[in-house]
Amino acid sequence: MTDVALPRVRSVDITSDAAKARIRARYRAEARFRAYGVAAIALTAVFLLVVLSDIVSKGLPAFTQHVLSMEVLVDKAEIDPQGTADPAVIRAGDFQLLVRNALRAQFPDVTSRLGRRALDGILSSGAADELRRRVVADPSLIGRTVKVPVLISDDADLYFKGTGTKIEREPGRGTLTVGGTSGEVTLSSTAGDFAEDLAVVKRALSAQARAARTEATRLRTIVQSIQASRAAAERELATARAAGNAVQIAAAERRLAAVTEEETGLSTRMNELSETAAALQARFEAPAAEEPVDASFPSLLVAVNGGLVKLTRIGGSAATGEVLLPLSSDAAAQPGTWQRVTYQTPATNRRVTDQEVAWLEALRDRGVVESRFNTAFFTSGDSREPELAGIRGALVGSALTLLVTLVLCLPIGVAAAIYLEEFAPKNRLTEVIEVNINNLAAVPSIVFGLLGLAVFLSFFGLPRSAPLVGGLVLALLVLPTIIIASRAAIKAVPPSIKEAALGVGASHQQAVFHHVLPLAMPGIMTGTIIGMAHALGETAPLLMIGMVAFIVEPATSITDAATVLPVQIYLWSDLPEIAFQAKTAAAIMVLLVFLFVMNGTAILLRKRFERRW
Amino acid sequence: MNSMVQVDSASAIAAAAAVAGNPVKIVAQGVNVYYGEKHALRDVDLDIQERAVTALIGPSGCGKSTFLRCLNRMNDTIVGCRVTGKITMDDQDIYDPQLDVVQLRARVGMVFQKPNPFPKSIFENVAYGPRIHGLARNKAELEEIVVTSLKRAGLYEEVKDRLGDSGTSLSGGQQQRLCIARAIAVSPEVILMDEPCSALDPIATAKIEELMDELRENYTIVIVTHSMQQAARVSQRTAFFHLGVLVEVGVTGEIFTTPRDRRTQDYITGRFG
Amino acid sequence: MSLIYFTGLAALAVAGFLLGRNRAAVANRTETFHSRPSYHGAYVVVSVLLPMLLVFAVGVPVAHHLVETQALTVFDPSVLDDELRRGAALRDIVAVATGRHTGDATPALVRAAETWSSLRAWTDNLILAGGGIVGLLGAAYGLRAISATFRARNRVERVVKVVLFGCASVAVLTTVGIVFSVLLETVHFFQKVSPLDFLFGLEWSPQTAIRADQVGSSGAFGIAPLVVGTLLITTIAMLVAGPIGLFAAIYLAEYASPRVRAVAKPLLEILAGIPTVVLGFFAALSLAPWLRELGQSLGLNVASESALAAGLVMGMMIIPFVSSLSDDVINAVPQSLRDGSYGMGATKSETIKRVVLPAAFSGIVSAMMLAISRAVGETMIVVMAAGLAANLSFNPLDAVTTFTVQIKTILVGDQEFDSAKTLSAFALGFVLFFFTLTLNVIAMQIVKRYREQYD
Repeated sequence: MTDVALPRVRSVDITSDAAKARIRARYRAEARFRAYGVAAIALTAVFLLVVLSDIVSKGLPAFTQHVLSMEVLVDKAEIDPQGTADPAVIRAGDFQLLVRNALRAQFPDVTSRLGRRALDGILSSGAADELRRRVVADPSLIGRTVKVPVLISDDADLYFKGTGTKIEREPGRGTLTVGGTSGEVTLSSTAGDFAEDLAVVKRALSAQARAARTEATRLRTIVQSIQASRAAAERELATARAAGNAVQIAAAERRLAAVTEEETGLSTRMNELSETAAALQARFEAPAAEEPVDASFPSLLVAVNGGLVKLTRIGGSAATGEVLLPLSSDAAAQPGTWQRVTYQTPATNRRVTDQEVAWLEALRDRGVVESRFNTAFFTSGDSREPELAGIRGALVGSALTLLVTLVLCLPIGVAAAIYLEEFAPKNRLTEVIEVNINNLAAVPSIVFGLLGLAVFLSFFGLPRSAPLVGGLVLALLVLPTIIIASRAAIKAVPPSIKEAALGVGASHQQAVFHHVLPLAMPGIMTGTIIGMAHALGETAPLLMIGMVAFIVEPATSITDAATVLPVQIYLWSDLPEIAFQAKTAAAIMVLLVFLFVMNGTAILLRKRFERRW
Repeated sequence: MNSMVQVDSASAIAAAAAVAGNPVKIVAQGVNVYYGEKHALRDVDLDIQERAVTALIGPSGCGKSTFLRCLNRMNDTIVGCRVTGKITMDDQDIYDPQLDVVQLRARVGMVFQKPNPFPKSIFENVAYGPRIHGLARNKAELEEIVVTSLKRAGLYEEVKDRLGDSGTSLSGGQQQRLCIARAIAVSPEVILMDEPCSALDPIATAKIEELMDELRENYTIVIVTHSMQQAARVSQRTAFFHLGVLVEVGVTGEIFTTPRDRRTQDYITGRFG
Repeated sequence: MSLIYFTGLAALAVAGFLLGRNRAAVANRTETFHSRPSYHGAYVVVSVLLPMLLVFAVGVPVAHHLVETQALTVFDPSVLDDELRRGAALRDIVAVATGRHTGDATPALVRAAETWSSLRAWTDNLILAGGGIVGLLGAAYGLRAISATFRARNRVERVVKVVLFGCASVAVLTTVGIVFSVLLETVHFFQKVSPLDFLFGLEWSPQTAIRADQVGSSGAFGIAPLVVGTLLITTIAMLVAGPIGLFAAIYLAEYASPRVRAVAKPLLEILAGIPTVVLGFFAALSLAPWLRELGQSLGLNVASESALAAGLVMGMMIIPFVSSLSDDVINAVPQSLRDGSYGMGATKSETIKRVVLPAAFSGIVSAMMLAISRAVGETMIVVMAAGLAANLSFNPLDAVTTFTVQIKTILVGDQEFDSAKTLSAFALGFVLFFFTLTLNVIAMQIVKRYREQYD
């Protein structure tokens, strides 16, 4: 065959330095490549961890709720003056008023209309629901005083959950004289107590001045870049004028005008900022001057004689303030018996005013505030008020929708799989069906929504927002998944089983339904559960068929309007109230728990029944 | 009739004599191999002579392939496989942790049971080894190595006009010779062949056997084979494995004509296997 | 009515089954039957079910149509021609007839409602009676057929087979439904807006005004900004998911010990199982603000609905998809090729880079194509994290919009019937469907050929 007499070629060199360096480089490349793989897995894990922990940390607070546990007088005159004991009459009673009265009793000094309205704002609009429920259930409570948990507003609830402000207290060093017990009062201390407060204000002034300067500088660079583009626009206009093209001139003029307008606006803003910065700086640099305390600074207060005074102007040793909680007397307070209080977060940066903080803190000190598990989150429907909103409607909607999906796609999916695996002739039609199923599995879910909208709603006239239609659409969506999983399960049953059945005279169908299908069932169930989990988390197609309506009452049938959990999540995530963010995250946690349970069941099922033939 | 393999005694003995003085290339002492709980190879002691063909024969599952794969540590790639004992090549322990398995495999090439050309061109298949080991300083040198290797593998004349075609487009026998060319392109000292002809037709087999005979001039060859005729035709020394034990080893002619062990005799006369 | 009908149907079917099985069982004692008694029972069930379902499926729509036409005769003919007013009138009639109408009903409406009610009751009874008779006849037919030689099993099995085939065709029907519903509306749309403007226009603002004299009353339907926005987000997503998913697959298939695999695989499965609405929430409320702050500290102006945030999270969503597809593809590369390479003294990474990946190349390409199709069709992440503004921008820090966002925005909430705006959503859906379908078909062809290569 070959007659080439070849000399022995040199073998792979492994001893020279060059060869050693080469092999080291190869191993470095190996380690690098492996590290990429580890990094990819690690990144994925980190992302998963970040997402889950972000959601849990956001959502956990929503599972608790703060209430005021107050003695409420159930006034017969307000609820049931005629003494009918008719539930309908009682239900219509103004329980909110009773609850408000109970809260006002906590702060008897609040008498002005404005003050009372502010105080009422602490309460949720559903504050009296619990009381109403109890009284309707037991009319004998009318005329008595009942201790009942009263729901507070979302902002007040958030305040207690720690998103309010840090509060610092320091004992006063001098003797404090107070100019009154309510309204506007003047305070003076024998030691320089207020100098420290003043220093706090000055520091805040300096910080504000710095921020204004930085922003002004940032704007300056933007203005400069705009000036450059204005020059370009001017040149363009000049060229256009020279060319005499009217259309071009008009376009160039428009562009120039727009650029100029933007520049003017920004320049004005920049100059304003510079001036503000200079003014703030000047105030900062005059250390002895008296300073007004506005809402953009940390709030400075004085707790004395059982009351609370918010400082509005501060000098070195004296200050003017406004009474938030009334003082018991205007007697001078000895050193150590009064406190300087600071609410670290400026009032403009929080959602509760100083007055509200004072009230809420007072309520907390009196032991009225209680934290409890938020059962209403699971038992009530949607609401515009975050503290009242719950996921019951969405859960019911999801359950009904999934029921429809399951009832439709399990039999159809299994039947289709049996047909394709066992009975389908090898022909063009079968091939078309198979290709179709594979393609459907990859069609974007929103397209199924379009199908639902055009066919089920417009053509067949089925009701909008109904679990029936949602279930139909989702059934079509997960059908390919179930067919593919069922086919795999059926294929995994060894042909010998079927042959054995055929061998004893069973018909093909008997062999399939009596032997193959039962053996394939665990695999089919696994696939079905995974498909259902997929359906449970699906959102986009349901938006298309109108499951986005605001629905308070849970659906009672598959043709009622309803919403589902993922859609509820989507709707809540869009709402501006901060408290809804926590609700959204909490709803996500519920959804994820359901999904984990479903997928976990599928995995267990697979492990338990996995059979190697 | 007696199915004992007919060995051309004269030529076999002559060939054996020709290699009898060759130094020993590989020494295996007390080699045991475990796959998880399974004890696949027990206390194998075997010397392999340089520039000779050593055949490993025995019934299926006797451990001959396992032993072969120990020689270039291909067993490392199998999860749960454990090798004990000592195998030295040129007095160097190949299971020494200091020794680099990548370099070892460059010195101990391997040809597999089923031809496994890479789905690349014929040229790239052969150039693969020289490239990863950096054997060629430039394109011309690489081409020379590829051509030389193909010539040595006796494939060059058949493929010289289509070096750019995919290696998988060749016939089975050509593919296997391509794999041999690929193996010798890095100029290994030892070539391991794991039933290289089992997937080939008789004509292709004859070519490979002829090639082995020529390669013997320069390389140490260890071949696992199912076919006793093949072992008798191509090898100078033969080792017989049975149930994970090395039963007998010796000059090929003697093994096939005057086996010392009862099991060897039973096997080569076709009583089992 | 439906409830009564189907209860009756079920009762007849059950009774038929028991009767048929009994009769066959009794007769079976004296002579040898071809089929088991239960098959005779099943045959009776089939002969009850089929005609009764047929009566219902044909009768109900026909009856409804007749009743509606009759009830609407009290109205002006112009009402009947205008599809919108016709629908409204029908809703009113039904509302009055079922006593749910709020406000005062006109005499004409009341008269129509009365006609509707009486006719409806009449047709309902007719269908019930017809169904009952047909069902009984069917049962009688099925029962009479029972005999020793009658091949009930073969007959029943033939019906079962047809039913199985019907179920398998649901997939085809779904595709046909999608194509027709989307295509039909798209054709309507192109009667209002030129396809050239649609495909090549540079501006997208579908807000057609109510009054013709308002500014921008015509609306602009150029999809270029949507194409660019979709591509921008998809590119970012693939830049994340491509390398990470591929390397994760390589690591899991080639390097990972069984212990690592036992941890990493479920991890990827969990990520794959997280609904996109959850990832959208994370993108919009956590990642986007964080990116914005980060950008600000670096002196960059990051839009609060930047393409970057949506793209990054979408990439993370696709990682499990890419890695599981690539994993399959890599595992399909025969071990003999790896052995060949190791036998030459190649390191693991050299074997992967020079042998495994080139051998798996076409499979990986198809995996990436499927991933792209997935990213393009993904809705919730972009709806929540990407913007509505149709900016023609390639800057990942800008807000861009996508096909799916526009479809959702246009179709959720109140729609004007038959307006170009509403129809444009279907045209977008058509483009989306067509694009992803093409990608999938090509990718699946590649995968098929790839599998055949190594089988």
